[in-house]
Formats: sequence, structure tokens, C-alpha cells
Amino acid sequence: MAKVATRQAYGEALKILAEKNPNIVVLDADLSKSTKTAEFKKVAPERFINVGIAEQNLIGTAAGLSLSGKIPFASSFAMFAAGRAFEIVRNTVAYPKLNVKIAATHAGLTVGEDGASHQALEDISIMRSIPNMVVLNPADGVEAKKAVIAAAEYQGPVYIRLGRAAVEEIFDDSYDFQIGKGVELVKGDDVSIIATGILLEKALKASEILKLEGINARVINISTIKPIDAQLIIDAAKATKKIVTCEEHSIIGGLGSAVLETISEECPVPVIRVGVKDTFGESGKPNELLEKYGLTENDIVNAVKKLCK
Amino acid sequence: MSYTQLENIATSIRRSIVQMVHDASSGHPGGSLSAVEIVTYLYFKEMNINTPDDENRDRFILSKGHAAPVLYSTLAEKGFIDKESLKTLRRINSKMQGHPDMRKVSGVEVSTGSLGQGLSIGNGMAMGFKMDKKPNRVFVLLGDGEIQEGMVWEAAMFAGHNKLNNVTAILDHNGLQIDGKNEDVVTVEPLDKKFEAFGWHVIKVDGHDFVAIENAFEERKKITDKPVMIIAQTVKGKGVSFMENNPGWHGKAPSDEELQIALNELGGTK
Repeated sequence: MAKVATRQAYGEALKILAEKNPNIVVLDADLSKSTKTAEFKKVAPERFINVGIAEQNLIGTAAGLSLSGKIPFASSFAMFAAGRAFEIVRNTVAYPKLNVKIAATHAGLTVGEDGASHQALEDISIMRSIPNMVVLNPADGVEAKKAVIAAAEYQGPVYIRLGRAAVEEIFDDSYDFQIGKGVELVKGDDVSIIATGILLEKALKASEILKLEGINARVINISTIKPIDAQLIIDAAKATKKIVTCEEHSIIGGLGSAVLETISEECPVPVIRVGVKDTFGESGKPNELLEKYGLTENDIVNAVKKLCK
Repeated sequence: MSYTQLENIATSIRRSIVQMVHDASSGHPGGSLSAVEIVTYLYFKEMNINTPDDENRDRFILSKGHAAPVLYSTLAEKGFIDKESLKTLRRINSKMQGHPDMRKVSGVEVSTGSLGQGLSIGNGMAMGFKMDKKPNRVFVLLGDGEIQEGMVWEAAMFAGHNKLNNVTAILDHNGLQIDGKNEDVVTVEPLDKKFEAFGWHVIKVDGHDFVAIENAFEERKKITDKPVMIIAQTVKGKGVSFMENNPGWHGKAPSDEELQIALNELGGTK
């Protein structure tokens, strides 16, 4: 199967948007080759702005552009876009509900060798706590491309979480991505595996392993962390009575927390959260890190078995 | 508009500021009063703005958002908002939030309050206008304490580099911040050299003298290749003797007695 990084798909989507909508403007903070906004610069240099290494100004300038009728995509690494510029995102973008898109690449452990300083494991938590903010975490290149285009069409602030490493393609071009809609990819009534981002691929593999052992796991992709598809999750809780959540993010405040919040008042069931266990990461190859921090298909299988025993 | 007319509007705005902060029992009179002539001049003489939603209007950003009373009372003088609503400042369910909310008040261009963010937003707006070859100009009012925020210098560098000639920043340089004098907290001088080094044209002016302010904005119009910073020397609490140059009046409301003294000193007919 083809492997594409979601940031690569972001660059491709920007090229499509450049042609489609003259109001699209792209900003970067000196990382355009890494975030792939350089792809946009190639086709629409007059609508590309490099603010230099200044992420607060990146977001503030994007806010101003939106107020003059543009649709700005502001890009940096997730650590800096969500972390360093947090307060600007909250007060200047989200509070007045400005039409700013924040595309944050190099999220999660799989940024790899750069280590803990660059591994954003809190960004979903931070961004989803802000009112008005839509939070997207696509699972593969196809979904990332569709999510970026959907974000451009949505009126209001959107945070799009993207990764550095290439991931296997799960969806094809016929996939109908909608903001706020989760997707059930595998049917099953023994347990629900709810995954987001690059852990969806691991969740699908885990369900195959489990099937061989006689456990029918429902697999759900939640790429819109906020607003979350509550009905799909509640239905899964009611049907399967057990849930495992999977994310390349801290177990605090991310998908796992969002699922727990969603079901706790409607249908509380046992949940195991597969994610980073309230710790910082370290340098290493993406796959080594996923293994060390417990984010492989085997970790998901083990979590399911623990719930099912 | 004559200088006398501008003076009368400024007096009316000053009276509104002390009245509304008194009525709210909280708010920021000091830094509102210091900016009165600047904001009055912008809205009644300099800016191209006839209605709050005219597409071709010039934009004003109150980066020092705590000075909301000066903005609200100016918008009321301009007729963009109802004067009665000024009485609801800072009250529950009011449009008149403690710091300006663009979604609630017609004429407020940007929601501000958290310091240091206005210049970046102004730059972004200005770039958007340039991309579309629109004539709109952007004016950003900054506080001298506010520019201790690092983001202001990110924005200053960016505007200078990109030669944003449709951006004018005005610094309300009253020399005081919450904890005392700028020079005692963390000095902001030499301001002219700092902005010039970032590629700006700098004009210094007495921020309470309409003749001088007019000359500054006329000089500004001649600068076509870079952003302009107008450093306006002002007095915090200007016009009310017991508030002038007193950092204690940064964020405090006058009592009933103090309000009467203030209104008597400010004169006017209302």
C-alpha cells in the first residue's frame, strides 16, 4: 500500500486550494519545507507569507488577514502552533471566531529523533478546550487532504493536526469526509476500538488479530475530535459495552478523555485509553517510539483482551 | 473640522470615560484619558470612516484593550453606538465588555484586551488590503507598557521587513504601567531608535495637542515606503487633576465625590 505523510497531503491540498479559491493565503514560520507549505508557495507565491521564527506573530497576522476577507492557513509544528501561540489562538482567533485555519504538522511522538521538545502530545487537549475551535486529526493522506479542503470551506477557526512520518493509506478517493462525522470502518459487537490519527491503522490491524481469536471488534475512526460525533460513540458504548481508545497523544485531555466525557452521562462503560501515559517522549525512530510508549497494534490487542476477560 | 470642534468632542469623550467607569465601579480611566486626543483625531479627522461596516473604511485597532472606555465613548460620539448603552459598561448581559468584543459592539474592529497582539493583527489586515490593491489604511494604538510584550517586536520586525506603508502605529506614551513608571519596571527607551532600527519611520508628537497631532499625520502621509510609528507623549489620567500621572488610577473607578470633582474640572456643558 502507498505510504503518505499527512503533512504531504496538506501540501497537495493547498495546491488544489490555491487554484480553487483566490482568497486562500498561507503563512509559515520558517518551516515551509517541513510543513509542506512550500508547495503552495510554488504555485501562488504572492499569497504566501513567511513571518520568520515568530509563532505568536504567525497567528496574529493570520487573524488580521481573515479580517480583510482572506482565508489564512497558518502553519508550524504542533508544539509551537498550539503550544507557544496558545494564548493568541484563544484570544485573537477563537474568541471572536475568526476564519483562521491552523495546520500544525509534526504532531505526536512520530516527529521522532528531535525528541521531547518537539513532540506535541498535549495539543489536542489544549485546542479542544477552547470554545469555537474545531479540532481535526486525520488518519491518512486521503483524509488529511479532504480535511484541509473541508476546513477551507468551513467558516471559523479550525485546528488541523498533521504528522511527519509517512503512514499507510486507509481511505480512497470515494471517502466522504465531513467535519463532525465519525466513521465505523469495521463492524463488531464485542468491543469498540475508537481511534484517531495515525493510530487508526494500528486499530484496524488489531481488529484483524482479534478476529482470529474470536473477538469481533468494532473499529471507529474519529477524525473530528471537536465537535465529536457523540451519537456514534454512544451507540457503540450501548452496543459493545466496552471501549478502547487509541491516540498518538497524551491520555489526558485527548480522544480518550473526549470519549469518556461523551459516554459518562449517557452510557458509562469500561474504557481503556491507549495513548501516552502522562509522560514526555524521547528521541528515536517513529516505530521505536510507538513501541516503547505502548502505541502498537499489540498494545491495542492487549487492552481489548484485558477488557474482555 | 476645526480645532475647537475637536476640543469639544474630546471634552465630551473625557466626561463619558469618567462617568462610565464610575457607573461600572471598575475599569481603566488613566490610559483611556491619555489617549483621548489621538482617538478623537483619528475618528473625526484622519480616518476614512462614515459607517462601521463600510467596506472601504480605514481600520482602528485598540491594541491596549483595557482603554475600552475611550473607544466606546468615541464610537458613541461618532453615532455608531447608542450613548445610553455606555451606562452598561462591564455589567452582566451588556455589549460593553470590560475589554472590547468585536462580536458585540458595532465599530469595534478587533477583540482586544490581552496585550501585545494588536500590531500583528493590523499587519495581517494591511497585507490583505495590499494583496487586493485596496486603499484601506490600518491604525493601531499601542500602550507603552504593552510594548514590553515580545510579540510586539515580532510584529514590528515583520512590518518593517515587508514595508507595510499602510500601517500606522501610534504609541500612547504616558510613561506609566500598573506597577509604576516604565523606566522603573523595565525601560522601553530609546523608542525612536528601536523602531527606526526595525525599518519604521518615527514621528514624535505631543499627544494632547491637536495642531501637533495634525502635523504628525500630515508628515505620515508623505512616508510611502515604510510603516510609521507616531510616538505620542501623553499624560496618564489627562484632564482630571487627581488622576494625572498617578499609576493608582490605571484601573480604578472614581467615587461619587471624585466623579463630581472630575466632571467639574473637565468642564463642558453636558
